Amino acid sequence: MFHIYCPYCEEHREEEEFHPKGQAHIQRPEDPEACSDEAWGDYLFFRDNPRGVHHELWVHAVGCRKFFNITRHTVSYEILETYKMGEQPTITAQNLPGKDKQSGVQAASGGWQTVGARPESEALNDASNQGARV
Amino acid sequence: MSDVREFNTRPAGSPGAESPLAWSFQRQGTPPREAKPGVTLREKAFLGHLVLRGGAIVLDEAVRETLGLALPARPNALVQDASGERSIQWLAPDEWLVIVPGGEEFALESQLRQALGQAHFSIVNVSGGQTVLTLRGENAREVLMKSTPYDIHPQAFPVGKGVSTVFAKATVVLRRPAEDTWELVIRRSFADYCYRWLLDAAAEYGVIVER
Ligand SMILES: [Zn+2]
Repeated sequence: MFHIYCPYCEEHREEEEFHPKGQAHIQRPEDPEACSDEAWGDYLFFRDNPRGVHHELWVHAVGCRKFFNITRHTVSYEILETYKMGEQPTITAQNLPGKDKQSGVQAASGGWQTVGARPESEALNDASNQGARV
Repeated sequence: MSDVREFNTRPAGSPGAESPLAWSFQRQGTPPREAKPGVTLREKAFLGHLVLRGGAIVLDEAVRETLGLALPARPNALVQDASGERSIQWLAPDEWLVIVPGGEEFALESQLRQALGQAHFSIVNVSGGQTVLTLRGENAREVLMKSTPYDIHPQAFPVGKGVSTVFAKATVVLRRPAEDTWELVIRRSFADYCYRWLLDAAAEYGVIVER
């Protein structure tokens, strides 16, 4: 079992107390009436599926019942950090220390598998974006 | 002044009231008295439970004024008054559980609403929805170790701590108000299950139920 650090309870708790809630940092288009069908479709349906660093939303369901973020490595399952809602990760695919990188690991936005899919969080995915789509 | 309609859920007079464990006591009964019980179980029924939500600073002022207790600001903290009968426990960054002797909760709720005025807060009387079990005895910790994945070693769980965690596939608010006492705040709907789980888990140490 994993021990997951809840940034609100400020201690490690059993995995059993938590639920994963999918990709984190998904931004709703500011003006849904004006955005393109493609952008709206991306927002609703398309999610990252990277081999490597992934930012996820989790909820401490049995404890404080707060949502928070986990940066997790999808190859090793290692939890790299957890942080509160509204905060930004300090560990991303771009700045992951070299020793932790595994060969073949893609950046966070490398998992885009659909032509036309765009990262919802530009801030997080911008840097690696170009490379991943070539 | 708050403009929320208040409702005293405790009826006037003294109609018969049954604790969440009434059914268990009737059907399951209590185990035969042990000469040297390793675990002693007791229900603290009919206490007043209030859930406070809101900003820590305004709530702190209000509970100091009404209860004379400081709101525990640290995660997983539990504070009590000198008698141990009134307590406030941190549940989440904006949520606290207040437990007071049965019958005090409605007056306390009114006083808190008065003190909080137009602040952004919520108070919910959950007295009917949960009950408190106390676990004592030299094997109480062993029983808990079978039931919850939470680390209850005295170093990790000192007196004055309380957590919401997994308990026997249900959930529990587990707290340690005194050196030799563990308190379990359990849901009414899980009371019978938890009671039977505890009797089963404690059977090997010898268990008595005080009533
Ligand atoms: Zn938590």
